[in-house]
Amino acid sequence: MNADLSMTLPELVLAVGAIALMLVAAWGGQGSTRMLSWASVAVLIGAGIALAGPASSGGAAFGGLYRADAFAAFAKVLIYGASAVAIIIAPRFFAAGTGDDLRPEYPVLILLSAAGMGMMVSAGDLLTLYVGLELQSLAAYVLASFMRRDTRSAEAGLKYFVLGALASGILLYGISLVYGFSGTTLFSSIATAYGAGHSLGLTFGLVFVFAGLAFKISAVPFHMWTPDVYEGAPTPVTAFFASAPKVAAIALSVRVAVEAMGPATDQWRQIVIFASLASIIFGAVAAIGQTNIKRLLAYSSINNVGFVLVGLAAGTPEGVAATLFYLTIYVVMTLGSFIIVLQMRDAEGQPVESIASLAGLSRSRPGLALAMMIFMLSLAGIPPLVGFFAKLAVFTAAVHAGLYPLAVAGFAASVIGAYYYLRVVKVMYFDAPGEGYSGRATPIEGGLITAMAVAMSPIGWIALGTLGVWTTTAAKALF
Amino acid sequence: MIQAIAFYLFATLVIASAALTITARNPVHAVLWLILAFFNAAGLMVLVGAEFIAMLLVIVYVGAVAVLFLFVVMMLNVDFSELRSGFVRYAGIGALLAVGLAAEIMVAFGAWSAGKIELARRAAPTPETVPNIEALGMLLYTRYLFVFEGAGLVLLVAMIGAIVLTHRERKGSRQQNVARQNARRPQDATRNTRPTIGAGVEL
Repeated sequence: MNADLSMTLPELVLAVGAIALMLVAAWGGQGSTRMLSWASVAVLIGAGIALAGPASSGGAAFGGLYRADAFAAFAKVLIYGASAVAIIIAPRFFAAGTGDDLRPEYPVLILLSAAGMGMMVSAGDLLTLYVGLELQSLAAYVLASFMRRDTRSAEAGLKYFVLGALASGILLYGISLVYGFSGTTLFSSIATAYGAGHSLGLTFGLVFVFAGLAFKISAVPFHMWTPDVYEGAPTPVTAFFASAPKVAAIALSVRVAVEAMGPATDQWRQIVIFASLASIIFGAVAAIGQTNIKRLLAYSSINNVGFVLVGLAAGTPEGVAATLFYLTIYVVMTLGSFIIVLQMRDAEGQPVESIASLAGLSRSRPGLALAMMIFMLSLAGIPPLVGFFAKLAVFTAAVHAGLYPLAVAGFAASVIGAYYYLRVVKVMYFDAPGEGYSGRATPIEGGLITAMAVAMSPIGWIALGTLGVWTTTAAKALF
Repeated sequence: MIQAIAFYLFATLVIASAALTITARNPVHAVLWLILAFFNAAGLMVLVGAEFIAMLLVIVYVGAVAVLFLFVVMMLNVDFSELRSGFVRYAGIGALLAVGLAAEIMVAFGAWSAGKIELARRAAPTPETVPNIEALGMLLYTRYLFVFEGAGLVLLVAMIGAIVLTHRERKGSRQQNVARQNARRPQDATRNTRPTIGAGVEL
């Protein structure tokens, strides 16, 4: 039992930390929010340090329910990092005249959500998968409607909740079919059942499980909630949604696909290829008409999930490594873009979200415009920037797996995507300057933007080799 | 022999109270009949050796769900005669639903007897020697401990979420200060005076 518990140390740290901070908040009240935010970041760092022990190499705990391997550890590092950023950028957003104060529950809910995401990426059993997913989603529903006085935020929370509950239902239906026809919820035994032969019930289960997971990663055709929720939720929460839960849900899908349904690769590959191409094309086409930067980034996340799924469709260790590689770079690009969106404030300090307001940013805030350009071009996958190598990795994996049509179609569709990213750059650099934004980035935000922009610029190439080695090690843990 | 008597007693009472649940004119009575039905169903469960489910029925259904029903019925003042008004109009759809459900039960039994569902491969088959409450407890607190604690966290998040989204600080509300109340001594609060006639008391 002790060995089992030591493998789950990151989740224990997060859960105990969240409960302790909740108690501090109960007595400290509103005034303790800032201190609690930093304490939560410390808890996340503590959980990250806990990954160094058996949590990243221990193997299976609790009779296979929980997996502590390099794959889980890699995903958790990304998740904790993104969660920490989401906590750090929140106080200033809420302080500057949004009408709602940041309450101490915000960091606590993110911690609990991170614990749930840890359970998701470490799941070795359908039960762990579901409980982790619900823990993450439930906290996310509350976070989406965190600004109670803002009707858009309330709408986002309600929409997310209703559609999320529907997706959970679809997922659970699939899980019950898989359980009924394989007799087990353990991933390794499910793989045996899939390997044993063709069964209609198991195939149905697979389809429903993938449909449920596709909702959670917002892949087309289960993406409808994404733009509305991303637009309505408070910007730091949107940044969180676009990064950490996405990593967790994709890592979870990869693990289910490879570990539980590996012998049925031919069956799920069709689904993944369809979702991938549909996401790339729809995400790119629908983004063209957007005028709201948060909605644009929502479609951009749908588009990027499509590219991530190209790596999964390959179904090889190389493909999984490419998926993780892409995810890492995607998280940095997206978080960077959202921190820049946080800087968009009018003279009264109210948040502005229209793309048109970016006009002339290159003259009023050249540094910010340069960083935004790097993120946009990197998201588009323009060669000298790091985002290009992410796309290269997934397409290489697809080609090596013999999926030539997918690689060609995906590559062609990425050109459509480049259009709307370039449009943002055009507005910033070539349009007549508008009112401009008030306020300056805090040193922390400025530092984060600079660090992320540098990492995505050609200087970031030096880190790519190490990242490649790590992702390969992480991917090998699954096969 | 005594088992047969107990079975027929419980079974008759379940059916009778279920029938009364749907025919009772007064909704409060209907809920009370429902509670009786739950109790008797729990008795049936004990007879087949599923004492855990029996306890669950009593605790969850009688203790929580039925009482909740009772509160809803008593507080919301639902007009049941209006709810029942469209009976003849919707009888056809109702019958269709009933036929569909019956067909589903038959299909389920067919699948069960055809043996396509792999009960033998279960992760935790029903043990022979220990009572099932003990067996469930053993599983919940050992093998499934991690998931069990995770479910606890889900409930905690639900609680935090409900409070975050609904709780408002009310300005000007007078809250009870228990410590201050306890610290108050009689001599701080009361005063003995002996007023002379016609002088009154100064407060």
